Amino acid sequence: MTRARIAIVGAAETTRLGKIPELSQTGLHADAALNALADCGLTLRDVDGIATAGHDAAEIAQYLGITPTWLDGTSVGGCSFIAHVRHAAAAIEAGLCRTVLITHGESGRSGHRGHRPIFPAMQQQEFETPYGVTLPPTRFTLPVARKMAKDGLTEEQLAAVAVAQRDWASKHPRAGFRDPIGIDDVLGSRMIAWPFRLLMCCLVSDGGGALVLTSAERAKDFPTKPVYLRGTGGESAEGPMVSQMEDFTSSRAFRTSGGLAFESAGITHADVDHLMIYDAFAHLPIYGLEDLGFVGRGEGGAFIAEGHTRPGGRLPMNTNGGGLSYAHSGMYGMFALQEGVRQVRGTSPAQAGEVKVSVVHGVGGMFSAAATAVLTSEAQW
Amino acid sequence: MSLADRPLPKPMPETRHYWEGAREGRLVLQSCQACTTAYFPPRPFCPHCGSREVKTFDASGRGRLYSFIINHLPAPGYDGPFIVAAVELEEGPRMMANIVDCPADPAALTIDMPLEVTFERRTDEITVPQFRPVRGDAR
Repeated sequence: MTRARIAIVGAAETTRLGKIPELSQTGLHADAALNALADCGLTLRDVDGIATAGHDAAEIAQYLGITPTWLDGTSVGGCSFIAHVRHAAAAIEAGLCRTVLITHGESGRSGHRGHRPIFPAMQQQEFETPYGVTLPPTRFTLPVARKMAKDGLTEEQLAAVAVAQRDWASKHPRAGFRDPIGIDDVLGSRMIAWPFRLLMCCLVSDGGGALVLTSAERAKDFPTKPVYLRGTGGESAEGPMVSQMEDFTSSRAFRTSGGLAFESAGITHADVDHLMIYDAFAHLPIYGLEDLGFVGRGEGGAFIAEGHTRPGGRLPMNTNGGGLSYAHSGMYGMFALQEGVRQVRGTSPAQAGEVKVSVVHGVGGMFSAAATAVLTSEAQW
Repeated sequence: MSLADRPLPKPMPETRHYWEGAREGRLVLQSCQACTTAYFPPRPFCPHCGSREVKTFDASGRGRLYSFIINHLPAPGYDGPFIVAAVELEEGPRMMANIVDCPADPAALTIDMPLEVTFERRTDEITVPQFRPVRGDAR
C-alpha cells in the first residue's frame, strides 16, 4: 500500500476569465493567488515556496509580499505549471519549503504584459523566423500535414476535436465559447494555416490560476477536499525549433513525459477516469492520446471522431472545453490543472462521474516541452 | 512588399559560415569527423556524439517535402498565402524553408515530393536558402 505524500489543497482561477482589461499580467497572478489561498483558508504569510512561468517569479513573490525559501522559474511554455507541480512535490519532500504557491496570469487578450518574447530561442530566430512564421498557428501546425499523409488523419477528424470539446464547454458557465458546433461549422470557418481553420485554433483570453501544494499529512487540516499527486509525474523537452522535431507524427517529449508519469504513478490506462490534454490547436489531443498510449499510433483522430471523449464517452477528455473553447491565455497548462482538480474534487460543472484518477498532460512552446501530472482523490492505493 | 521586408536572420559567430555560403549560392552543412553524421543548424560540435571534430561541406541542395502548412496569416514581406515547409535534405538533416515557384495550394504539394534549393537575396548581406519543386524532366 502506497500513501500519498503531496496534495493540492488550494486551487482557483482568476475572479473573471476572458476579457479583463482592468488588470495587468501581474495583477492576474495576484488575483488568482489570493483566490487559491482563500480556497484553502491560508494567507500569504503561510507561503514559503513560489513557482511561476512566463513571468519573473521573484517579481510575483515581491508583489505578493512573500520572501520564499524556494523558488522555481522554469519557463518552457504552457506546460511549465504542470512541471512546477512535480518540482514543488520534490521540494516539499526534500524539506526545502512547506507550502508552495504556483501562479499563472496572462493578459493574452488585453496585452497588459511585460517583456516579450518570454522564451528567447536564438536558433529559432535565426533559422525559422526568416521564413514568415509569426504566431503559433504558423509553426505549431507544421507537423500535421505529414501525419495526415502517413497516419491517415483527416481534416474532418481535426474538426471533430473542436466539436467534441465544444460539447463539454456548453456545460461550463465560464467557458469562452459555449454554443454547440458541428463539423461543417469548423470546416467552414476561416482558413488560418492550411489545414487549420479558425475553430481548430485556441481562443485568446485574459486570465490565470493558482494552486497551493503541501504535504499530504497536512492536507486534512484544510477545508477543501485534498487532491493528491499520485507519483511525481513526468516532464521532458525536445526544443523550440519545430522543424527539428524527431518525428512529425509523434512527439518524443510527450512519450517521455507521459511514460514517466504512468510509471511513477503505478497506473495503467484502464485506471484513468478523466484526461486533460493541452489543446492549443486541434491536433494536440490526437498526438496526446497516441503518445500517452491511450490508443495506437494513427488511431487518435478516429477515436475522438467516434465520440469516445465526448460527454457520455468512455474517456472524458478536456471537459472544460479546452483551449479551443474554454480559455487560452497563451499558456494554458494552469487551466488544464484547474479542471483536473475540479473533476477529482467532484465540483466541475461538467462533472464526468466519480473521478478517482485524472491525468493532466501539457505541451510547451511548439512541441518543445511536455509535462504530465497524475491527480487522484485517494490518499492511498 | 519586397524581399528586404522579410525577417532577416542575424548571423552569429558559430553560424557565419552558413550565411556566407548562402550569399555565394551554396547550401553549407556540417558533418562530424568522429561519427560522420551531417547536421543542421550549424554549431561547432556534433549534436549526436559531442565531438568538436566537425567540418563544413557544400550540400547537394536536393531534398524532400517533409511537411508543410499554407500560411494565410500576414507576415512582414509576404503577400497572400505562402508555403512554410520542413524540408528533409538528401544528407539527412531537416530545415525550414518556403516552397517557391509553386502554387500555395495543397493540391500542388505532396509529402515527400522532391525539392531543390534556390537562393533568395534579401539584402547585400543576407541571402536565404529556399526550395522549389524539382521539375519532372529535370531528373
